[in-house]
Amino acid sequence: MKTPSELRYTEDHEWLRPEGKSGRMGITDFAQDQLGDVVFVELPEVGRQVRQGEAFGVVESVKSVSDVFAPISGKVVAVNQELVDKPELVNQDPYGQGWIAELEIANDGEVQALLDAGAYGKHQEGGH
Amino acid sequence: MGKRTPLYEEHLGLEGRMVDFGGWDMPVQYPAGILAEHEAVRQRAGLFDVSHMGEIDLHGERALAFADELVTNDCTQLVENQVLYSPMCYEHGGVVDDLLVYRLEPGHVLLVVNAANTEKDVAWVMGQRAKLFPDVQAEDISAATAEMALQGPKAQEILQKLTPYDLGKIGFFYVAPGIEVAGRKALWVSRTGYTGEDGFEIYVRPEDARHVWQEILKAGAPYGILPCGLGARDSLRFEACLPLYGQELDQEHTPVQSGLKYWVRLEKGHFTGIEALRREQEEGGPKRRLVGLRLTERGIARHGYPILNPAGEEIGVVTSGMQSPTLGEAIALGFVPAAYAQVGTPVAVSVRGKAVAAEVVKKPFYRRSGK
Repeated sequence: MKTPSELRYTEDHEWLRPEGKSGRMGITDFAQDQLGDVVFVELPEVGRQVRQGEAFGVVESVKSVSDVFAPISGKVVAVNQELVDKPELVNQDPYGQGWIAELEIANDGEVQALLDAGAYGKHQEGGH
Repeated sequence: MGKRTPLYEEHLGLEGRMVDFGGWDMPVQYPAGILAEHEAVRQRAGLFDVSHMGEIDLHGERALAFADELVTNDCTQLVENQVLYSPMCYEHGGVVDDLLVYRLEPGHVLLVVNAANTEKDVAWVMGQRAKLFPDVQAEDISAATAEMALQGPKAQEILQKLTPYDLGKIGFFYVAPGIEVAGRKALWVSRTGYTGEDGFEIYVRPEDARHVWQEILKAGAPYGILPCGLGARDSLRFEACLPLYGQELDQEHTPVQSGLKYWVRLEKGHFTGIEALRREQEEGGPKRRLVGLRLTERGIARHGYPILNPAGEEIGVVTSGMQSPTLGEAIALGFVPAAYAQVGTPVAVSVRGKAVAAEVVKKPFYRRSGK
């Protein structure tokens, strides 16, 4: 499973790519592999204020329904509309074209406290 | 650790993702994934381990009469080596299980029941036997029976490479006992399945299972066969509207409510549950019915989600639902009051608290061409 070193991770298997005042997020390679074929993504509304850890989207595979949790607090400034017709991008390119939402960073401390790739890798091995 | 089928090591070797299913360690999918496995069965062929299914042998002069008392469909019309699908009911009309009845040589009937229900079914059959047919012998032979299902339009071509027996002679819902498959004597090979495609269910001795499994995958490789897990088994049966016990069938609903009226023969002789099912019919038919739904707005209905009427009132519940891999739309099965069962009736499904519009559509969602 890939865990790019420039990203930050949550224990719930989301990633965040901080870039200036905002960051794109999605679910990790490990998460998409566990889910299996993704067939539906419920995107959050642009403009919604979310708190860190809040369920703000849903990813559904053939068999299962999983919440997507906000990796940090902030406003949703963009969502990946391409996933409406191509939910399989979450499987094919989880860190790229399969991104889910872009969040405005409200609190740098939250970003700093997320797992780095090494810590997330260990978290995966420890069993989800 | 759950129970393991004789093919457990094969699943590990094929990198199957193992999950618990009714106490069994079974593959939910292999690396190709559920959608690819589903498509393989619709277009080519797929191979399933269904060794977890239960088998109950009935022996004795009145074995067939006993089977006919147990189930709602008419076993007396079966000829030798013919197979029948049927619900099996309690006295109150609720469903114990749905099963296959194999009429084998004279005095021998085989019942094939759902894995998760095997213990309950064996206890039920033994109880009914003691009460009504003490002269018939009933034996749980599940542990001595491995079973795999080869399904898909290429199933016959693939299996024919492994047997000298002319498979064209096995009609739909017929069985050939004791034929050779991959050099081993199979117990039974029947043209049956749970996918909505043509195909075979192959019963072998546990010690032959791995060899036969490997040989079928080898013979099927040029056709693009895939080993398939429980995930594809569920999505395939769902599209074909084949009920799953615990979802579309249970002891709270009669088989008629679950849409299996055709498999309930009130005009045949006595069977357990007939009084309750007659009463249901005399009182104007089932008050609740299993219907097919198509979601007309974005969302996927899942097992347990409430079904709403246009006024937003809860009227029923989804039993199975998913994004249909073959049709590419979100469809579902669910129970609603009879007044809402007409095709075209507008309803809604509550998806995480939001009413998503749906309409009642015809079942099955998928039917293979030429059937």
